[in-house]
Amino acid sequence: MRPSLHYDVVVIGAGVAGLTAGARLAESGARVCVVAKGVGSTHLAPGTVDVLGYDPNRVESPGEALPAFVAARRDHPYALLGVDAIAPALDWFAERIERGPQPDYRYVGGLERNHVLPTGVGAPRPSALVPETMAEGDLGADRPVCVVGTRALRDFHPSLCAENIARHGVEARAIELKLDADRPDVNALGLARRFDDPVFRRDFAARLAPLVEGDERVGLPAMLGLRDPHGAWSDLKERLGRPVFEIPTLPPSVPGMRMFEALRAALRAAGGRLVMGGRVVAAERDGAQVTAVRVDTAGRETVFGARALVLATGGFASGGLALGSDWVVRETVLDLPVRGAPPAGSQRFGAEYFGEQPMARVGVAVEATQRAEGTDNVLVAGAALPGAEPWREGSGEGISLASGHRAAELVLASEGLAAAA
Amino acid sequence: MTEVLHELLRGSLDHCVKCTICETACPVSNVTPLFPGPKYAGPQAERYRVGDEPSVEWSVDYCSGCGICTQVCPQGVKIAEINAQARHKLKQQKGVPLRDRLIARPTVLGRLGTPVAPLANASLRSRPLRVIGERLLGVHRDAPVARFAGRTFRSWARRHESPPAARRIVYFHGCGTQYFEPDVGEKTVAVLEHNGYQVDIPKQDCCGLPLQSNGLFDDARKYVLRLARALAPHARDGALIVGNATSCTLMLKREAREILGLADDPDLKLVSERTYDVCELLLELHDRGELKTDLQPVEEVVAYHAPCQQQGHWIGKPALELLALVPGLEVRELDARCCGIAGTYGIKREKYDIAMAAGADLFGQIGASQAGLVVCDSETCRWQIEHGTRKPSEHPIELLHRAYRLPQPAGSNRW
Repeated sequence: MRPSLHYDVVVIGAGVAGLTAGARLAESGARVCVVAKGVGSTHLAPGTVDVLGYDPNRVESPGEALPAFVAARRDHPYALLGVDAIAPALDWFAERIERGPQPDYRYVGGLERNHVLPTGVGAPRPSALVPETMAEGDLGADRPVCVVGTRALRDFHPSLCAENIARHGVEARAIELKLDADRPDVNALGLARRFDDPVFRRDFAARLAPLVEGDERVGLPAMLGLRDPHGAWSDLKERLGRPVFEIPTLPPSVPGMRMFEALRAALRAAGGRLVMGGRVVAAERDGAQVTAVRVDTAGRETVFGARALVLATGGFASGGLALGSDWVVRETVLDLPVRGAPPAGSQRFGAEYFGEQPMARVGVAVEATQRAEGTDNVLVAGAALPGAEPWREGSGEGISLASGHRAAELVLASEGLAAAA
Repeated sequence: MTEVLHELLRGSLDHCVKCTICETACPVSNVTPLFPGPKYAGPQAERYRVGDEPSVEWSVDYCSGCGICTQVCPQGVKIAEINAQARHKLKQQKGVPLRDRLIARPTVLGRLGTPVAPLANASLRSRPLRVIGERLLGVHRDAPVARFAGRTFRSWARRHESPPAARRIVYFHGCGTQYFEPDVGEKTVAVLEHNGYQVDIPKQDCCGLPLQSNGLFDDARKYVLRLARALAPHARDGALIVGNATSCTLMLKREAREILGLADDPDLKLVSERTYDVCELLLELHDRGELKTDLQPVEEVVAYHAPCQQQGHWIGKPALELLALVPGLEVRELDARCCGIAGTYGIKREKYDIAMAAGADLFGQIGASQAGLVVCDSETCRWQIEHGTRKPSEHPIELLHRAYRLPQPAGSNRW
């Protein structure tokens, strides 16, 4: 089928890796279209940039730990990308957030030192680059914590969170604030929209202020505004006269949505297209060259021609990979060869959910240039890469950002696109 | 086969991982507790909807049917389609009020109102009559209603002779163009002709979308199949079908086949494959280097809102790419989800406030954008935007028409 639309690069997937690659390419002048069957993992993840949290012990400084980490794991995405690919990607990302649609909102940190932030249940979680609205929750600091929850937000339990923070050695207590949410239950997003309103947060602060004591810092579920998080956060900080920090919640993740909006804005500002809802169903090939993808659009397939592609479709969770009952792992979009599946007879899964899961290390077989084996012009980024167990390593966003950013650089540097860019 | 399709849609709910991404995007559940959200009303409640047993869950009546949930779902769950079918079942059980039967028939309203347009327009803008209409019928007194043009698009089309050209295309104008905005239809035809198409305008009627969204599936099927029968012969001759009413072209492309279970009707299938939203068509033309680019400057700042149903085509926002070709035109892309109206949803007494609350984010963005004009592909959305912001709203084709410096339609009655 003849393509209806032609691009320099088609990026498949609108998670962190896909949006990063798409925006970075568009910024350099390439004609880019990001095609995604739906919204990616941003809306489910905490919104932090975890680069390396465990190796397997908790990592203090990702920058210092990474060389030994990759030396011991030659099949890991960081070994493929090279440690040096990470910092520029983080810088690029932080800059896009600062220019993004949420005024003055920014990320703090980097590779030097992991923040240790409480999760929704109060467990310490190491993370390199974090929203400024979360940073003061660092459990490395002694300052006592007051975790504030509200009944209306049924998936956040302040006392559970506070008890676990206290187990970590930081004094912590919990309070519940009754909140008129107009409905029996509400999620963090519903409350975030309320916190965008200065009047709402003024009232909230006025009711919370008498309840906090001493030099407590205040931890709140991550709901401090979607469009104006910096405004909401600094407003509360000022009105309460003490540090305030957000604690990630169960999905939907408000900080994750902010991240999505900032990356999408970067893509759009640079002239990149975003086609949401269209599923890529097949590739058109000319030998090792993928010349176009067929996209399932309403009524018919639309063919998007491309000189290069970035596959950023994720792993099993997002459907980029599928495991059959015959134990065969397939890459679902372009039918590319995969690598890293545990061989027959060896252990495929571990009994512990968050433990070692050999099957999770499967990914699309790639060369050092991130090029998918058997193709000339398909680069792979994000969770589709083999060799990682991001939930055990605390490495998910680091891999996605670095590989998306580097894929863009490699496409730009490749002979075919130098002229276009 | 209807059953098989229903099972396919219904089967997709097993892919739901309860990730809540649909809830982040739902314009309705974000503003009212009366609708608990697409995930709850769809994949979750569907498990309790058993065969012929009465519906146990009535909140799905408050789903506006905008379809954004299906668009953003990363797992391929047909949430909006499941909910549309559940709403149909609910309506069968509860009955459909006279109001919904009326407002779902733009053809009937159009035929009644057109000959007496001045009177009809005055009545629709008379406070006392609207209050009575609200009490008797349940149409909210403040709800935006379109202005009858007093002439039909077809009356122009009958007289119009499209100059012979190498390419032929069929224009599907929809009811909004026919009775309320005939000048948008004339401009669409002019832009197509300017770009080398000979435009055929066969006799046609409503696509049945308002009937479908009001749960009147049997009537909706009659309408959409009648339309498919009228358009299919042209498609069989190789012509493409193009429309400016983006929700109606989506009905032809996908919704009728999926929601009404008409996947296998050969005429509809053919029409579905060959139907284009006008901006989609023009962008593909541009990509082939065949779009006329003699666009003259339009020195304006406009805001662009992509309506939910336009997003349901899964084609991105081609209007933005086209408007970017117009010299001097500054376009601010709005990212608010929905204007709230969802066809006939927002004019109902019990849903008007919800629709206005759902649109508040968009109205706020429009206000902040400093734009003098709001560009939007769907007519009911444009009327709601004008109502919610007091700013004029136009179809993207109208801007292209202006930039091409094509003659103004004679009977132009808009801004």
